Amino acid sequence: MRLEPRTDTPLALRLLAPVGAVVAALALCALLVAWTGAPVLRAYGLLFEGAVGSRFALTETLTRATPLILTGLAAAVAFRARLWNIGAEGQLYMGALAAVVVGGGMLDLPAWALIPVVMIAGMAAGGVTLLGPAVLKVRFGVDEVVTTLLLNFVVLLLVSMLLEGALKDPMGMGWPQSAPVIEAAELPKLVARTRLHAGLAIALGLSVLLWLVDTRTIWGYENRAVGANPRAAAFAGMPVTRVMLRTALLSGGLAGLAGAAEVCGLKGYLTLDLSPGFGYSGIVVAMLAQLHPIGVVGAALFIAGIFVGADAMSRAMPVPNYIADVLVATSLLCMLVAGLLARYRLRRG
Amino acid sequence: MDFLSIILDILLSAAFWTAVLRIATPYVLGTLGELVCERAGVLNLGIEGIMTLGAMAGWMAVYQGADLWTGVLAAACCGALLGLLHAALTVPLGLSQHVTGIGVTLLGTSLSYFVYRLVLPQASTPPTIEPFQPLALPGALAQTPLTYLAFLLVAVVAYVLYRTPVGLAVRMVGENPAAAEAQGLNVTAIRIGAVVAGSALMALAGAFLTLSAFNAFFFNMVNGRGWICIALVVFASWRPGKALLGALLFAVFDALQLRLQQASGGVLPYQLFLMMPYLLSILALVLVARRASYPRALMIPYRKGER
Repeated sequence: MRLEPRTDTPLALRLLAPVGAVVAALALCALLVAWTGAPVLRAYGLLFEGAVGSRFALTETLTRATPLILTGLAAAVAFRARLWNIGAEGQLYMGALAAVVVGGGMLDLPAWALIPVVMIAGMAAGGVTLLGPAVLKVRFGVDEVVTTLLLNFVVLLLVSMLLEGALKDPMGMGWPQSAPVIEAAELPKLVARTRLHAGLAIALGLSVLLWLVDTRTIWGYENRAVGANPRAAAFAGMPVTRVMLRTALLSGGLAGLAGAAEVCGLKGYLTLDLSPGFGYSGIVVAMLAQLHPIGVVGAALFIAGIFVGADAMSRAMPVPNYIADVLVATSLLCMLVAGLLARYRLRRG
Repeated sequence: MDFLSIILDILLSAAFWTAVLRIATPYVLGTLGELVCERAGVLNLGIEGIMTLGAMAGWMAVYQGADLWTGVLAAACCGALLGLLHAALTVPLGLSQHVTGIGVTLLGTSLSYFVYRLVLPQASTPPTIEPFQPLALPGALAQTPLTYLAFLLVAVVAYVLYRTPVGLAVRMVGENPAAAEAQGLNVTAIRIGAVVAGSALMALAGAFLTLSAFNAFFFNMVNGRGWICIALVVFASWRPGKALLGALLFAVFDALQLRLQQASGGVLPYQLFLMMPYLLSILALVLVARRASYPRALMIPYRKGER
């Protein structure tokens, strides 16, 4: 048996790959569910119902998908240029930090002016966080995987330090949390009496915008060329270093925006449990979407549904809700294989 | 007392060096494991998940009634299995070692938490086991058997890598797989074997945490140690002896910051001290990046007859 590259991948196969991967992941994890003693089909049924079965379930899934779309886009744009940004979690918290500082009453602006300022501040904070490792990569050849990963821990400790110190809410009953952002900085709700907020609209808009930039502009062309073959791109006269740094600012910025939107749209203030690993799940979202900006939306909805649904399921059955994380990890690994089968043909001999 | 005399006091105490050896142990084992994988040309970012699974599996085996060494064996086997998964995806299939490794880490971590919660649905305080006891060898600081094993394994890995045909084969497939193939070596099998063996070592690092250093399994207990091992491999320029040195140096700084934190009496936020290991790792990477001599085929998948 050997692998032979396909000359072209039919569209049907590209669309079928993620579906096949998800089905395979569900089948594999069914073994774990069966091990807990719960009836598998009923468990998956409850999961599905908990994700999309009611108005409440649906808005919860959309709310959960919002930061995942943004961190998924962050991973997708970086991976396209072969910048291995594994630090979206830290960049998200930096964005959230900027949001509580700028949106915490420092500026007295009406909502229509303050919200964009806060969001841009969040993007800037996230972008600058990734710029460090990117500069180390292009200047000194330091592998960005490890530096971005290690920075996640540094950022979380920094946030923890500030939440117990300079940013601690005097009205917070001693909990390590920041003061809430002022009302003018709050993102409006999309559906009344639910948690769904305007962050979703921003995330969807950015997916479309990034897709257009990617396919219709020189910027997007340069990004793809640098990702495909940096040496050939350099030979063709493209500013490889500048493309890398630009990609870093954009990728970190998207992750930072996820943090700012969570603070201003959902939580209102900053705590250390703002993100249950949105940065890491973003990597899975991007891979399931095959790094396609529009595909990211679908993948984020799927992953958000798994998490929201698993919570509902584990309340009704003795299946620990960590099954969601196992499903997500399994989906990622299955997607890698499915993507390979879409690009290569299995040949005998 | 001024700052320097505080440091001197710390450095002269036996308790300090006992702590250094204990802190260094998981880094020694993890770094050795990663080094073996990378010497064969495979980056293994699954290390964090493999260490978590090792910690959980070792603890769970003992909690279920096995003796401590069976727990160690169980951890190594689970690590080897995850290593086999990583190897199967990256070696014959040639998938991106970065992304596959992250996937293995996510799987190892979430699977550990899932199994732990399944067995102990309502444990608010983690149940404890009777861990390895320190034993004093003559002329040495009292350590648990796994620490002695870790230091012994440095010598074993160094001997195997540089003095045996197996080691030569591993180094060759990491440097020039095409030449290795031409010599009649089976590149795929050697790489898979190295990743499986290296992953078993990583799992031992995790098992040390639950069976020696602590007596229970906690969520997030590996806490980035795996990523630091990856930085230490670069720092060690892929040499076992230097890996030991790097891990010890790192442990000295870590033990020192813990004591300085106590000595500072809460004047400085404790988070500043906790940041040190991570910032130090980044600094180490920057310092050696220029002259780092990567195994030349690291992260490059090898397919027969394809260039």
